[in-house]
Amino acid sequence: MHELSIVLSIIDEIGEQSEARDLHDIQVVHLKVGAFSGVDPNALVFAWELACEGTPFAQSRLDIQIVPLIIHCAVCRQDRTPPSLNQLYCPQCETPSETIVAGRELEVVSLEVAA
Amino acid sequence: MSTRIVEVRARVMKQNDLLAHALRERFQASGVSVVGLVSSPGSGKTAFLEKILGGLAGDFRVAALVGDLATENDAARLKRATPNVRQITTGTICHLDAQMIERALDGWQLETLDFLFIENVGNLVCPSSYDLGEELRLVLLSATEGEDKPLKYPTIFNSSDVAIITKMDLAEAADFDLAAARRNIENVRPGMQIFEVSAKTGSGMQEVLQLLRDRLAGSRDTRLAAQVGSLSSLSS
Repeated sequence: MHELSIVLSIIDEIGEQSEARDLHDIQVVHLKVGAFSGVDPNALVFAWELACEGTPFAQSRLDIQIVPLIIHCAVCRQDRTPPSLNQLYCPQCETPSETIVAGRELEVVSLEVAA
Repeated sequence: MSTRIVEVRARVMKQNDLLAHALRERFQASGVSVVGLVSSPGSGKTAFLEKILGGLAGDFRVAALVGDLATENDAARLKRATPNVRQITTGTICHLDAQMIERALDGWQLETLDFLFIENVGNLVCPSSYDLGEELRLVLLSATEGEDKPLKYPTIFNSSDVAIITKMDLAEAADFDLAAARRNIENVRPGMQIFEVSAKTGSGMQEVLQLLRDRLAGSRDTRLAAQVGSLSSLSS
Protein backbone atom coordinates (compact mmCIF):
# COMPACT_ATOMS: atom_id res chain seq x y z
CA MET A 1 0.00 0.00 0.00
CA HIS A 2 1.75 3.14 -1.23
CA GLU A 3 -1.37 5.30 -1.36
CA LEU A 4 -0.34 7.11 1.83
CA SER A 5 2.94 8.19 0.16
CA ILE A 6 0.92 9.32 -2.83
CA VAL A 7 -1.54 11.26 -0.69
CA LEU A 8 1.37 13.02 1.02
CA SER A 9 2.66 14.06 -2.44
CA ILE A 10 -0.80 15.41 -3.28
CA ILE A 11 -0.93 17.39 -0.03
CA ASP A 12 2.51 18.87 -0.80
CA GLU A 13 1.44 19.80 -4.29
CA ILE A 14 -1.86 21.43 -3.38
CA GLY A 15 -0.24 23.07 -0.35
CA GLU A 16 2.18 24.83 -2.69
CA GLN A 17 -0.50 25.68 -5.21
CA SER A 18 -2.95 27.05 -2.67
CA GLU A 19 -0.26 29.15 -1.05
CA ALA A 20 0.94 30.52 -4.39
CA ARG A 21 -2.62 31.38 -5.45
CA ASP A 22 -3.81 32.42 -2.00
CA LEU A 23 -6.58 29.81 -1.87
CA HIS A 24 -8.36 29.08 1.39
CA ASP A 25 -11.09 26.74 2.49
CA ILE A 26 -10.51 23.98 -0.05
CA GLN A 27 -13.54 21.74 -0.05
CA VAL A 28 -12.97 19.24 -2.82
CA VAL A 29 -9.79 18.01 -4.49
CA HIS A 30 -10.54 16.61 -7.93
CA LEU A 31 -8.20 13.83 -9.06
CA LYS A 32 -7.84 11.79 -12.21
CA VAL A 33 -6.69 8.24 -11.52
CA GLY A 34 -5.92 5.91 -14.39
CA ALA A 35 -7.24 2.35 -14.18
CA PHE A 36 -3.66 1.28 -15.02
CA SER A 37 -1.88 3.68 -12.65
CA GLY A 38 -1.27 1.02 -10.01
CA VAL A 39 -3.11 3.13 -7.45
CA ASP A 40 -6.26 2.02 -5.67
CA PRO A 41 -8.92 4.78 -5.43
CA ASN A 42 -10.49 3.43 -2.23
CA ALA A 43 -7.11 3.28 -0.51
CA LEU A 44 -6.47 6.88 -1.62
CA VAL A 45 -9.70 8.06 0.02
CA PHE A 46 -8.87 6.16 3.20
CA ALA A 47 -5.32 7.56 3.31
CA TRP A 48 -6.63 11.05 2.57
CA GLU A 49 -8.73 11.18 5.71
CA LEU A 50 -5.78 10.06 7.83
CA ALA A 51 -3.18 12.30 6.23
CA CYS A 52 -5.26 15.49 6.24
CA GLU A 53 -5.88 15.56 9.97
CA GLY A 54 -4.36 18.75 11.37
CA THR A 55 -3.68 20.22 7.91
CA PRO A 56 -5.54 23.06 6.16
CA PHE A 57 -7.23 20.31 4.09
CA ALA A 58 -8.85 18.52 7.02
CA GLN A 59 -12.31 19.58 5.86
CA SER A 60 -11.76 18.64 2.24
CA ARG A 61 -12.69 15.47 0.43
CA LEU A 62 -11.27 13.71 -2.61
CA ASP A 63 -13.29 13.36 -5.76
CA ILE A 64 -11.78 10.73 -8.04
CA GLN A 65 -12.47 10.38 -11.72
CA ILE A 66 -11.30 6.99 -13.02
CA VAL A 67 -9.69 7.09 -16.45
CA PRO A 68 -10.23 3.80 -18.28
CA LEU A 69 -7.37 1.99 -20.00
CA ILE A 70 -7.19 2.80 -23.72
CA ILE A 71 -4.75 1.20 -26.16
CA HIS A 72 -4.03 2.03 -29.77
CA CYS A 73 -4.65 -0.66 -32.35
CA ALA A 74 -2.13 -0.33 -35.17
CA VAL A 75 -4.21 -2.54 -37.46
CA CYS A 76 -7.57 -0.76 -37.03
CA ARG A 77 -5.78 2.57 -36.56
CA GLN A 78 -8.17 3.30 -33.72
CA ASP A 79 -7.92 3.85 -29.99
CA ARG A 80 -9.67 0.96 -28.27
CA THR A 81 -10.72 -0.16 -24.83
CA PRO A 82 -9.10 -3.58 -24.25
CA PRO A 83 -11.30 -6.40 -22.85
CA SER A 84 -9.63 -6.05 -19.42
CA LEU A 85 -6.53 -4.76 -17.67
CA ASN A 86 -4.76 -8.03 -18.35
CA GLN A 87 -5.81 -8.54 -21.95
CA LEU A 88 -4.09 -5.78 -23.87
CA TYR A 89 -5.46 -6.52 -27.30
CA CYS A 90 -7.92 -4.92 -29.66
CA PRO A 91 -11.51 -6.06 -28.92
CA GLN A 92 -12.32 -5.87 -32.65
CA CYS A 93 -9.42 -7.57 -34.42
CA GLU A 94 -7.65 -9.14 -31.38
CA THR A 95 -4.25 -7.68 -32.31
CA PRO A 96 -2.11 -7.23 -29.17
CA SER A 97 -1.00 -3.67 -28.51
CA GLU A 98 1.61 -2.30 -26.15
CA THR A 99 0.72 1.30 -26.98
CA ILE A 100 -1.12 2.79 -24.04
CA VAL A 101 -3.02 5.96 -24.90
CA ALA A 102 -4.69 6.56 -21.54
CA GLY A 103 -5.08 4.88 -18.18
CA ARG A 104 -1.82 5.67 -16.41
CA GLU A 105 -2.88 9.14 -15.18
CA LEU A 106 -2.38 10.27 -11.63
CA GLU A 107 -3.17 13.94 -11.60
CA VAL A 108 -4.67 16.71 -9.50
CA VAL A 109 -7.13 18.30 -11.91
CA SER A 110 -8.66 21.11 -9.86
CA LEU A 111 -9.55 22.39 -6.44
CA GLU A 112 -12.99 23.43 -5.36
CA VAL A 113 -12.82 26.36 -2.97
CA ALA A 114 -15.43 28.39 -1.12
CA ALA A 115 -16.43 31.30 -3.30
CA MET B 1 -22.46 27.61 0.21
CA SER B 2 -21.24 28.31 -3.30
CA THR B 3 -17.89 27.15 -4.52
CA ARG B 4 -15.59 27.88 -7.42
CA ILE B 5 -13.27 25.56 -9.30
CA VAL B 6 -9.58 26.38 -9.61
CA GLU B 7 -7.70 24.47 -12.31
CA VAL B 8 -4.49 22.85 -11.09
CA ARG B 9 -3.42 20.17 -13.60
CA ALA B 10 -0.49 18.77 -11.66
CA ARG B 11 0.95 15.29 -11.99
CA VAL B 12 1.04 13.73 -8.56
CA MET B 13 4.31 11.90 -9.20
CA LYS B 14 5.95 15.05 -10.57
CA GLN B 15 8.60 15.32 -7.84
CA ASN B 16 9.64 11.69 -8.20
CA ASP B 17 9.54 11.85 -12.00
CA LEU B 18 11.68 15.01 -12.12
CA LEU B 19 14.23 13.43 -9.81
CA ALA B 20 14.20 10.18 -11.79
CA HIS B 21 14.72 12.14 -15.00
CA ALA B 22 17.71 13.94 -13.46
CA LEU B 23 19.12 10.59 -12.30
CA ARG B 24 18.68 9.09 -15.77
CA GLU B 25 20.62 11.99 -17.30
CA ARG B 26 23.33 11.60 -14.68
CA PHE B 27 23.60 7.85 -15.37
CA GLN B 28 23.83 8.46 -19.12
CA ALA B 29 26.46 11.16 -18.71
CA SER B 30 28.50 8.84 -16.46
CA GLY B 31 28.27 5.96 -18.94
CA VAL B 32 26.80 3.56 -16.39
CA SER B 33 24.05 1.16 -17.41
CA VAL B 34 21.42 1.09 -14.66
CA VAL B 35 19.13 -1.91 -14.39
CA GLY B 36 16.19 -2.20 -11.97
CA LEU B 37 14.79 -5.48 -10.63
CA VAL B 38 11.24 -5.88 -9.36
CA SER B 39 9.32 -8.97 -8.23
CA SER B 40 7.25 -10.35 -5.40
CA PRO B 41 9.09 -11.31 -2.17
CA GLY B 42 10.90 -14.63 -2.45
CA SER B 43 10.98 -14.90 -6.22
CA GLY B 44 14.75 -15.13 -6.28
CA LYS B 45 15.88 -11.57 -7.06
CA THR B 46 18.92 -11.73 -4.83
CA ALA B 47 20.09 -15.18 -6.01
CA PHE B 48 19.61 -14.05 -9.62
CA LEU B 49 21.46 -10.78 -9.03
CA GLU B 50 24.29 -12.55 -7.21
CA LYS B 51 24.87 -14.69 -10.30
CA ILE B 52 24.56 -11.72 -12.67
CA LEU B 53 27.06 -9.68 -10.65
CA GLY B 54 29.41 -12.67 -10.56
CA GLY B 55 29.04 -13.19 -14.31
CA LEU B 56 29.83 -9.57 -15.14
CA ALA B 57 32.43 -8.80 -12.46
CA GLY B 58 35.32 -10.34 -14.44
CA ASP B 59 34.96 -7.95 -17.35
CA PHE B 60 33.02 -5.00 -15.95
CA ARG B 61 32.89 -2.74 -12.93
CA VAL B 62 29.60 -3.56 -11.23
CA ALA B 63 27.66 -2.22 -8.25
CA ALA B 64 24.28 -2.76 -6.63
CA LEU B 65 21.75 -0.98 -4.47
CA VAL B 66 19.38 -3.29 -2.68
CA GLY B 67 16.14 -2.27 -1.01
CA ASP B 68 14.41 -4.03 1.85
CA LEU B 69 12.18 -2.99 4.71
CA ALA B 70 14.70 -4.29 7.20
CA THR B 71 18.03 -6.17 7.57
CA GLU B 72 21.27 -5.94 5.59
CA ASN B 73 21.16 -9.65 4.70
CA ASP B 74 20.77 -9.14 0.95
CA ALA B 75 23.66 -6.69 0.77
CA ALA B 76 25.83 -9.19 2.62
CA ARG B 77 24.94 -11.87 0.05
CA LEU B 78 25.63 -9.61 -2.92
CA LYS B 79 28.97 -8.55 -1.46
CA ARG B 80 30.23 -12.04 -2.20
CA ALA B 81 30.19 -10.94 -5.86
CA THR B 82 31.30 -7.30 -5.54
CA PRO B 83 32.26 -4.98 -2.69
CA ASN B 84 30.26 -2.16 -4.30
CA VAL B 85 26.93 -2.89 -2.64
CA ARG B 86 24.75 -0.63 -0.57
CA GLN B 87 21.62 -1.61 1.28
CA ILE B 88 18.68 0.77 1.41
CA THR B 89 16.48 -0.07 4.38
CA THR B 90 13.12 1.58 3.85
CA GLY B 91 11.61 0.96 7.30
CA THR B 92 7.91 0.67 6.63
CA ILE B 93 7.97 1.91 3.02
CA CYS B 94 7.03 -0.79 0.53
CA HIS B 95 8.99 0.52 -2.47
CA LEU B 96 12.08 2.48 -3.47
CA ASP B 97 11.68 6.02 -4.79
CA ALA B 98 14.01 8.26 -6.76
CA GLN B 99 15.01 10.25 -3.69
CA MET B 100 16.17 7.10 -1.87
CA ILE B 101 18.32 6.24 -4.89
CA GLU B 102 19.84 9.71 -5.01
CA ARG B 103 20.69 9.55 -1.31
CA ALA B 104 22.14 6.06 -1.54
CA LEU B 105 24.47 7.12 -4.38
CA ASP B 106 26.07 9.80 -2.23
CA GLY B 107 29.85 9.71 -2.63
CA TRP B 108 29.87 7.04 -5.35
CA GLN B 109 31.86 7.85 -8.49
CA LEU B 110 29.36 6.71 -11.11
CA GLU B 111 31.82 7.17 -13.96
CA THR B 112 33.97 4.41 -12.47
CA LEU B 113 31.09 1.93 -13.00
CA ASP B 114 29.80 -0.01 -15.99
CA PHE B 115 26.67 -1.49 -14.40
CA LEU B 116 24.56 -0.47 -11.46
CA PHE B 117 21.73 -2.78 -10.39
CA ILE B 118 18.86 -1.60 -8.24
CA GLU B 119 17.00 -4.39 -6.48
CA ASN B 120 13.63 -3.06 -5.37
CA VAL B 121 11.68 -4.10 -2.28
CA GLY B 122 9.83 -7.36 -2.98
CA ASN B 123 6.42 -6.06 -4.04
CA LEU B 124 4.44 -6.34 -7.26
CA VAL B 125 2.19 -3.34 -6.63
CA CYS B 126 3.81 -0.15 -5.41
CA PRO B 127 7.15 -0.07 -7.30
CA SER B 128 5.23 0.32 -10.57
CA SER B 129 4.38 3.93 -9.65
CA TYR B 130 7.99 5.01 -9.01
CA ASP B 131 10.48 5.65 -11.78
CA LEU B 132 14.01 5.27 -10.41
CA GLY B 133 15.85 6.54 -13.47
CA GLU B 134 16.93 3.08 -14.59
CA GLU B 135 17.32 2.41 -18.34
CA LEU B 136 16.03 -1.14 -18.13
CA ARG B 137 13.60 -2.72 -15.69
CA LEU B 138 13.48 -6.48 -15.23
CA VAL B 139 10.44 -8.08 -13.68
CA LEU B 140 11.04 -11.52 -12.15
CA LEU B 141 8.49 -14.26 -11.82
CA SER B 142 9.45 -17.56 -10.23
CA ALA B 143 8.20 -20.91 -11.47
CA THR B 144 7.00 -21.69 -7.94
CA GLU B 145 4.70 -18.64 -7.80
CA GLY B 146 2.35 -19.90 -10.47
CA GLU B 147 1.81 -18.79 -14.02
CA ASP B 148 -1.03 -16.35 -13.35
CA LYS B 149 0.97 -13.66 -11.52
CA PRO B 150 1.13 -11.40 -14.61
CA LEU B 151 -2.69 -11.44 -14.81
CA LYS B 152 -3.00 -10.50 -11.15
CA TYR B 153 -0.41 -7.71 -11.32
CA PRO B 154 -0.63 -6.35 -14.88
CA THR B 155 0.67 -2.86 -14.07
CA ILE B 156 4.10 -3.94 -12.85
CA PHE B 157 4.59 -6.34 -15.76
CA ASN B 158 3.49 -3.66 -18.20
CA SER B 159 5.78 -1.02 -16.71
CA SER B 160 8.82 -3.33 -16.97
CA ASP B 161 10.93 -3.96 -20.09
CA VAL B 162 11.98 -7.59 -19.79
CA ALA B 163 10.49 -10.58 -17.92
CA ILE B 164 12.70 -13.19 -16.26
CA ILE B 165 11.14 -16.49 -15.22
CA THR B 166 13.30 -17.74 -12.34
CA LYS B 167 13.68 -21.07 -10.50
CA MET B 168 13.14 -23.02 -13.72
CA ASP B 169 14.90 -25.98 -12.04
CA LEU B 170 11.76 -26.28 -9.86
CA ALA B 171 9.25 -25.87 -12.70
CA GLU B 172 8.45 -29.53 -13.06
CA ALA B 173 8.08 -30.15 -9.32
CA ALA B 174 5.76 -27.14 -9.07
CA ASP B 175 3.67 -28.18 -12.09
CA PHE B 176 4.53 -24.84 -13.64
CA ASP B 177 2.78 -24.25 -16.96
CA LEU B 178 5.46 -22.38 -18.91
CA ALA B 179 3.37 -21.86 -22.04
CA ALA B 180 0.57 -20.31 -19.95
CA ALA B 181 3.05 -18.06 -18.14
CA ARG B 182 4.47 -16.82 -21.45
CA ARG B 183 0.95 -16.26 -22.77
CA ASN B 184 -0.05 -14.32 -19.65
CA ILE B 185 3.01 -12.08 -19.88
CA GLU B 186 2.25 -11.49 -23.56
CA ASN B 187 -1.34 -10.52 -22.63
CA VAL B 188 -0.30 -7.80 -20.20
CA ARG B 189 2.75 -6.60 -22.14
CA PRO B 190 2.57 -7.56 -25.81
CA GLY B 191 6.00 -8.16 -27.35
CA MET B 192 7.85 -8.40 -24.04
CA GLN B 193 11.16 -10.22 -24.16
CA ILE B 194 11.12 -13.25 -21.82
CA PHE B 195 14.03 -15.26 -20.39
CA GLU B 196 13.82 -18.56 -18.51
CA VAL B 197 16.56 -19.03 -15.97
CA SER B 198 17.74 -20.97 -12.97
CA ALA B 199 20.23 -19.09 -10.82
CA LYS B 200 20.93 -22.40 -9.08
CA THR B 201 21.92 -24.47 -12.12
CA GLY B 202 22.97 -21.47 -14.23
CA SER B 203 20.66 -22.36 -17.09
CA GLY B 204 19.57 -19.38 -19.19
CA MET B 205 21.87 -16.99 -17.33
CA GLN B 206 24.27 -16.55 -20.26
CA GLU B 207 21.45 -15.16 -22.40
CA VAL B 208 20.62 -12.54 -19.77
CA LEU B 209 24.30 -11.61 -19.40
CA GLN B 210 24.48 -11.19 -23.17
CA LEU B 211 21.40 -8.93 -23.15
CA LEU B 212 23.08 -6.72 -20.51
CA ARG B 213 26.39 -6.57 -22.42
CA ASP B 214 24.52 -5.63 -25.60
CA ARG B 215 22.58 -2.91 -23.79
CA LEU B 216 25.77 -1.41 -22.38
CA ALA B 217 27.47 -1.46 -25.78
CA GLY B 218 24.37 0.07 -27.38
CA SER B 219 24.03 2.90 -24.86
CA ARG B 220 27.77 3.66 -25.09
CA ASP B 221 27.53 3.87 -28.89
CA THR B 222 24.63 6.30 -28.57
CA ARG B 223 26.55 8.36 -26.05
CA LEU B 224 29.66 8.41 -28.22
CA ALA B 225 27.62 9.41 -31.26
CA ALA B 226 26.07 12.25 -29.25
CA GLN B 227 29.51 13.42 -28.13
CA VAL B 228 30.89 13.27 -31.67
CA GLY B 229 27.78 15.10 -32.86
CA SER B 230 28.22 17.91 -30.35
CA LEU B 231 31.96 18.13 -31.12
CA SER B 232 31.38 18.40 -34.86
CA SER B 233 28.69 21.02 -34.34
CA LEU B 234 31.21 22.98 -32.27
CA SER B 235 33.87 22.81 -34.98
CA SER B 236 31.53 23.66 -37.84
